[in-house]
Amino acid sequence: MIPAAFEYHRAANLADALALLERHGDGAKVLAGGQSLLPLLKLRLGMVTDLVDIGAVEGLDYIKEEGGFLKIGAMTREVELERSDLIKAKYPILLDTAAVIADPLVRNRATVGGNLAHADPANDHPATMIALGATVVARGPKGERTIPIEQFFKDVFTTALAPNEILTEIRIPVPGPRTGGAYVKLERKVGDFAIAGAAAQVTLRDSGEVERAGIGLTDAGKVALKAGEAEKYLVGKKPDAPTLGQAGKLAGQAAAPTADRRGSVQYKREMARVLTMRALQKAVERAGGRR
Amino acid sequence: MSRHQIRVTVNGTSYEVEVESRLLLVHLIRDQLRLTGTHIGCDTTHCGACTVLLTGPDGTPEPVKSCTVLAVQADGREVTTVEGLEKDGKLDPIQEGFWQEHGLQCGFCTPGMMLTSVALLKRNPRPSEADIRHAISGNLCRCTGYVNIVKAVQYAAAKR
Repeated sequence: MIPAAFEYHRAANLADALALLERHGDGAKVLAGGQSLLPLLKLRLGMVTDLVDIGAVEGLDYIKEEGGFLKIGAMTREVELERSDLIKAKYPILLDTAAVIADPLVRNRATVGGNLAHADPANDHPATMIALGATVVARGPKGERTIPIEQFFKDVFTTALAPNEILTEIRIPVPGPRTGGAYVKLERKVGDFAIAGAAAQVTLRDSGEVERAGIGLTDAGKVALKAGEAEKYLVGKKPDAPTLGQAGKLAGQAAAPTADRRGSVQYKREMARVLTMRALQKAVERAGGRR
Repeated sequence: MSRHQIRVTVNGTSYEVEVESRLLLVHLIRDQLRLTGTHIGCDTTHCGACTVLLTGPDGTPEPVKSCTVLAVQADGREVTTVEGLEKDGKLDPIQEGFWQEHGLQCGFCTPGMMLTSVALLKRNPRPSEADIRHAISGNLCRCTGYVNIVKAVQYAAAKR
């Protein structure tokens, strides 16, 4: 398959990339790792007039803790998350997520920023970033702004980014003590999109009750879903099996998946319930492990 | 339509070629450079038949699906295809492994399997069976059921 014709531009730096987007207007799109965008163009599900490749832009590829945040450069590749000692040690939820995105070959090129900016509700990072309470940093002609992740996803393949803005960084609050997170995904085979997926990040009080819970669901609607009811329900409660079960139930009820060859609505909802429960169990375990 | 002059090194040979923006790397390799050892299978980023090694940001050759990379994105980079594995008439240990362990039947996935395995062994010279299965999880084989492919990679690991 061959994409419809477009013009390719390699941006030398961020300012250049922004100028190219400005010049080429609505038909232009940013090319990051291309692992979602190029298949889409090949299938001609989408059309662009111009691709602005930011692959050669320096300084968008980093994983570091700074000022109370874990900062991930938008062009950080999934393989780099998988191999990062910092991620392995302190952010197992991100390791869980990166490890189930597509397959190892795709992860050599796919980027974290691309995974978010593509805004496919079946992508995996959106749910995780919702659970983590992340913030997205966007750069545009007028400078930089930050967007809370709950406000970032607008519709299928649509984000809060203006056509002349580029996602440059993801910020995740550095977890305090007694915090743990996990992402679990159900897929038919390696490389497939999720049938359902759930991300959970939990902070426990010294007395054992839940202080904060973040829950995000993959493939549960037009955008990655924040399971707000389930999050609220957990606060102040001991995370025992019935409580986590009830939180799973609430998340399952909130899920609004669409039926496809991966399953019916009923099945996917049920899986959202089960996976939320499992993600919470794992998150609580990990939160306890850091006591 | 716009065309770009790019320079790409394939199997140690530098090529200056003109490509259209939308040309895929796999088509550059097969149709323009006539290196047909790189196969096109699914054409939808699933099967890994088109796997080649492409140097990453730090210059390390990494396995990628060349049906999901634009040729113009390979400008200034190095590509290794299956034709580049043999050196001076001597098979790479991974090629010997596939031969000795009967790691193929139809051979369609083999170039991709071998290139992915070469990259794995470079990073992890003594991979466990689980490491090998994980590494090749983006390369599909529809004949052998992977058992002999794993053996072939283990053969190459022992030989290196």
